[in-house]
Amino acid sequence: MADPVLQLEDLSVRFQLKRGQLTAVDGVTFTVHRSETFGLVGESGSGKTVTARSVMRLIPMPPGEIVRGRILFEGHNILQHSDQEMRELRGKHIAMVFQEPMSALNPVFTVGHQIADALRTNLGMRKKEAKERVLELMQLVGIPSPASRYNNYVHEFSGGMRQRVMLAMALSCNPTFLIADEPTTALDVTIQATILELIRSMIERLNMSLIFITHNLGVVAHTCDTIGVMYASHLVELASKDELFANPLHPYTVGLLNSIPRLDTQTKYLTPITGSVCNMLAPPQGCKFHPRCAHAMDICTQEVPRLREVAPGHFVACHLHT
Amino acid sequence: MRDAFLEVQHLTKHFPLNDDLLSHLTGKTRMLKAVDDISFFIQPGETLGLVGESGCGKSTTARLITRLIEPSSGTIWLKGEDLLALPSSRMLEMRKTIQLVFQDPYSSLNPRKTVMQILSRPLEVHHLAHGWAAKRRQVLHLLRLVGMGVEHADRYPHEFSGGQRQRLAIARALAVNPQLIIGDEPVSALDVSIQAQILNLFRELQDELNLTYLFIAHDLSVIRHISDRVAVMYVGKIVEMGTVKEIFAHPQHPYTRALLAAVPEADPRKPPPRLTLQGEVATPVNPPPGCRLYGRCPLATEVCGQVSPPLSDRGSGHFVACHNM
Repeated sequence: MADPVLQLEDLSVRFQLKRGQLTAVDGVTFTVHRSETFGLVGESGSGKTVTARSVMRLIPMPPGEIVRGRILFEGHNILQHSDQEMRELRGKHIAMVFQEPMSALNPVFTVGHQIADALRTNLGMRKKEAKERVLELMQLVGIPSPASRYNNYVHEFSGGMRQRVMLAMALSCNPTFLIADEPTTALDVTIQATILELIRSMIERLNMSLIFITHNLGVVAHTCDTIGVMYASHLVELASKDELFANPLHPYTVGLLNSIPRLDTQTKYLTPITGSVCNMLAPPQGCKFHPRCAHAMDICTQEVPRLREVAPGHFVACHLHT
Repeated sequence: MRDAFLEVQHLTKHFPLNDDLLSHLTGKTRMLKAVDDISFFIQPGETLGLVGESGCGKSTTARLITRLIEPSSGTIWLKGEDLLALPSSRMLEMRKTIQLVFQDPYSSLNPRKTVMQILSRPLEVHHLAHGWAAKRRQVLHLLRLVGMGVEHADRYPHEFSGGQRQRLAIARALAVNPQLIIGDEPVSALDVSIQAQILNLFRELQDELNLTYLFIAHDLSVIRHISDRVAVMYVGKIVEMGTVKEIFAHPQHPYTRALLAAVPEADPRKPPPRLTLQGEVATPVNPPPGCRLYGRCPLATEVCGQVSPPLSDRGSGHFVACHNM
């Protein structure tokens, strides 16, 4: 494996809310290597987005607080960076693509202007130089006739094209690391296919590393080398894509895979995971999955299982696998 | 096909976009053809899956069948009766037969009403239960029917998770003992593990209450799971229709094939998703004559740009609207 680029060590993020204290990310540890695509999968509220935003230091503080852990980017703990150093890092080294391009882009500036802004601010380009580069970028992400689209506003673009604009903006300052937070969730399946293809080819061409956040197991199966599964603030399983799908170990991962209706077979009933996600303001003791787990034992109600390597490169946090 | 439970013939809904005098005089009205001459039927006890991408007219179809909006033309036969010709007095009666379940249970339930109030409202409107005790009994029965504890009756929607809210929305639809349930993306807003629970609930209820479903979804694997027959829509038209087995094993229409090839399956050994069509989805505003897929289709010939292909029977109930099949 190539050298590590991003290392999260025991990251814990907490929010002080009016209704109480919410631990959104609890002891998450993983490493992303150079040119690796890392998929972070989980359902709503599992902590995927908070994890990603911590890496960008985009957690509003307060109410948020990083209570424990380190985030090492190319060896430096970015949690100790000054705001100035973070501005250097964002865009130029780590860039992010968001789920809703409509709310991430500014409706009152033209698309070209917004991408150029990133170049002028981050790289100090002049207006003309920036425009040339923007046209190149728009071409690169497959926006047809960039010259005429440069002066369009966001509402004049379709959902798929908006996501291409987001990607052009993210790639504008040649980052080495991309974080994509549910970039295709709001898109139709045919548009999703083209955006996934685009992200894959960009990553390969520009030799970037990627964290891809999604709730869709089908998407990670075709986009990522390594997959981390999150449930209720914990990373519960981590393995290579092939290993995870062939040999899922955590009962939650198994449950998720069984819940998905399949295209190749038809069964009368699906096998869902029973119950629903715990209340994160008052989570259960021990393993957070135990109230929904068919294999729960006494120890599961008392002790939080630690993430352990049970086979080479296959980590799982479950008392069944120790 | 008068024995079909629901039969829709040449159903059309056009929305005028600039409906002013000047545009009429100059002949420059722009029409959004949301649903454009579609025909299909649903047999009693059957599930028809309606699948397509955003803006293809799925939800408009649901609203037309429930007469939440009136069609521009076409007919809807429900149990042999012309639904559109019914006087409003009979329509209330008919509304008991068809019920809708919406996509987003966060906006379809009134946050100021308790579960008891939400579920007893249809009973009041249709005079199905008189007096508090009778309504209470009925509401508790509905809660049990959708797999929820009776202790929830006096709670408010915000106290429930997304999956539970969708159960409540289904319970409300069931309150009037309907025969046809139209689900308009009823599982799209739910997490995978909860989605499976709700899909199972739909199945159980169908068996128990002998329901007929029109199930609208954009997720092909959900459609594959729940449907007996499937209709694929693209920009206001049904392009292919057939049994679930036929559609998924032998898709004929280039759009159906493209849709299937674009689905990322949760199995890394399967081929990666890809798009086999060019360009972007056509607009339903003043669409050109001819096939709606013209310009994107790899099989297109000259005739495709001029004549809209009719949905024709290719044997064993498999209908395809394509000139080149």
